[in-house]
Amino acid sequence: MARYILKRVLQFIPVFIGVTLLLFTLRSIVPGDPIRMIAGEKALAPEVYQQIVERNHLNEPIYVQYGYYMNDLLHGDLGTSYQRHTEVSKIFADRFPYTLQLALCAIAIEIVIGIATGIISAIKRYSFIDVLVTLSTSILVSVPVFWLGMLMQMFFGIYLKNLTGGAFSLPLAGAGGPISQFPDWMHYILPAITLASVSLAFTARIMRSQLLEVMNQDYIRTAFAKGLSKRAVIVKHALKNAMIPVITFIGIDFGAMMSGAILTETIFNWPGIGHEIYLAIIQRDWPIVMGGVILIVIVVMIVNLITDISYALFDPRIRYGKKKGSE
Amino acid sequence: MLAVKALDTIKRSKDDQPNGQRKNNQGNGSAPTRTLWGDALRRLLKNKMAVVAFIWIVFIVVVALSADLWVPYLLGSPTDIDTTLAAQNSKLPPSVLHPFGTDNLGRDVMARVIYGARVSLSVGVIAVAISTTIGIVLGSLAAYFGGIWDTLIMRLTDVFMAFPYILFVIAMLAVLGPGFINVFIAIGLLGWTSIARVIRSAILQVKENDYISAARALGASHLRIIMRHILPNSIASVVVYATMSIGSAILTESALSFLGLGIQPPTPSWGLMISEGQNFMIAAPWLMLCPGIAILTTVLAFTLLGDGLRDALDVKVTD
Repeated sequence: MARYILKRVLQFIPVFIGVTLLLFTLRSIVPGDPIRMIAGEKALAPEVYQQIVERNHLNEPIYVQYGYYMNDLLHGDLGTSYQRHTEVSKIFADRFPYTLQLALCAIAIEIVIGIATGIISAIKRYSFIDVLVTLSTSILVSVPVFWLGMLMQMFFGIYLKNLTGGAFSLPLAGAGGPISQFPDWMHYILPAITLASVSLAFTARIMRSQLLEVMNQDYIRTAFAKGLSKRAVIVKHALKNAMIPVITFIGIDFGAMMSGAILTETIFNWPGIGHEIYLAIIQRDWPIVMGGVILIVIVVMIVNLITDISYALFDPRIRYGKKKGSE
Repeated sequence: MLAVKALDTIKRSKDDQPNGQRKNNQGNGSAPTRTLWGDALRRLLKNKMAVVAFIWIVFIVVVALSADLWVPYLLGSPTDIDTTLAAQNSKLPPSVLHPFGTDNLGRDVMARVIYGARVSLSVGVIAVAISTTIGIVLGSLAAYFGGIWDTLIMRLTDVFMAFPYILFVIAMLAVLGPGFINVFIAIGLLGWTSIARVIRSAILQVKENDYISAARALGASHLRIIMRHILPNSIASVVVYATMSIGSAILTESALSFLGLGIQPPTPSWGLMISEGQNFMIAAPWLMLCPGIAILTTVLAFTLLGDGLRDALDVKVTD
């Protein structure tokens, strides 16, 4: 097991180097002068200009700059924002908890509702419920997330308020705090459902198809032949195998939520990292962009590692069998 | 991107046949002359959802292509603002004259939705064409030559996949600048990873067949073997994948335009229209509802058609 984990960790290194290289290339071809961004619109004395250039190593060739950046990165220093002049790591330390909490709420919704509907629709195959689930998941995966979020704001924030004469509604935006008239937890409802919606549909579809596939296998027939009840066969035998791809998907999805949250965070004005990086890209504030993307990539890698380990625990065939890891 | 990743997993299933028709069809007595595509078409036609989806796509394409012939005369221009009438025509609710209502500048929303279809469809098709081409080339190089090629290309795929997709596209557009052409370049350049993996695994399966060794023994060149013998046998999965990718490319385009990075005004794009309608959510909900429904139905049609094709062509993707 330790060997397996070590090997997976080592596989991350080339990917990580690749990602940082790619970011660096993008940064070097993007239009705009970083010194202007740091200094603002003011006219600069030549010595000050020179000072800024040297402090940011902008006079060095690009590969030397990359070396400096990686060196700082390995010491936990993500650099300083061009425009806000605060440390990037501080900005993300503020923002990250919001995104993480939102993603965890969404994942919880995804796991509970997605897996449950998937199992129900597989067991009652071709029934009315199954058709309903299939149709509604197809619709959910085709809906633009930002539009869904706006629809929910419209119904739960505005129409519901008008309908109940202002007695009940859900908060439209923001993450709570002292000025909000709602308790903090209510602020999570709409963004979390919006963020979970598409993933939920995919989880249900994968769960359904996997369970159907597993139910056709010989060992399930054997289990039935032993005289086990349908419930026992599904819970003890089928689900265990059918869950593996679902767990994989949820792991990938958790990573996707870190960045996919941009749209949700923008609509609901949520103070998370997705929105922060989006603003930084628009403003060409590259230290924030690079820091943010690297942060997301690291989170994604850790989550992927945990998923891999968890299904290696679930399924001994993966531990001892194929050597190829995630491929 | 998420969609495509998830499809990877969904398609691993070999038994997801919502209509249960595949088995029946295979059981039917078969006519002596049947090709793969003829067979697939027959199966596809029995899938009602896929047929409806296909008809809807054809309908949208026809309406979008013929728009210049009738929309300006019947509904008015999608972009020009008639300043004298703008105030009086602003935000009219849906009526016979304006089936989808008018926007805040007095333009007909239906005309804008129809012209928006041109943007969405062309971004969908062109971006997917770009990413499919890149994916086919890299995927077949990796699978056919193996060894160092395989390792390099698959590591490159890993890097691209590790990158958060939507952020990547946004960063790309920050480099290229917003605009119509840049949108499909960005989506096309970054969307190839899944196709490359699909092609790679499809070719790895086909490659082991005896007829490939036979072709090689006859002295066929690598290019000829790939083009004549391998790709035609892997094309089914590409067709399925590309169809589904068109839907997600349309979704990505709408998200980019919604964020203001994609298509620029006054060109009508569905995502842009939703973002413009956001300010009038209460006073004129049709401004955001109509383009949203247009995106939903179009993407849904491509998803369902893709599902149908997958079942009809009996594509199993394992990687």
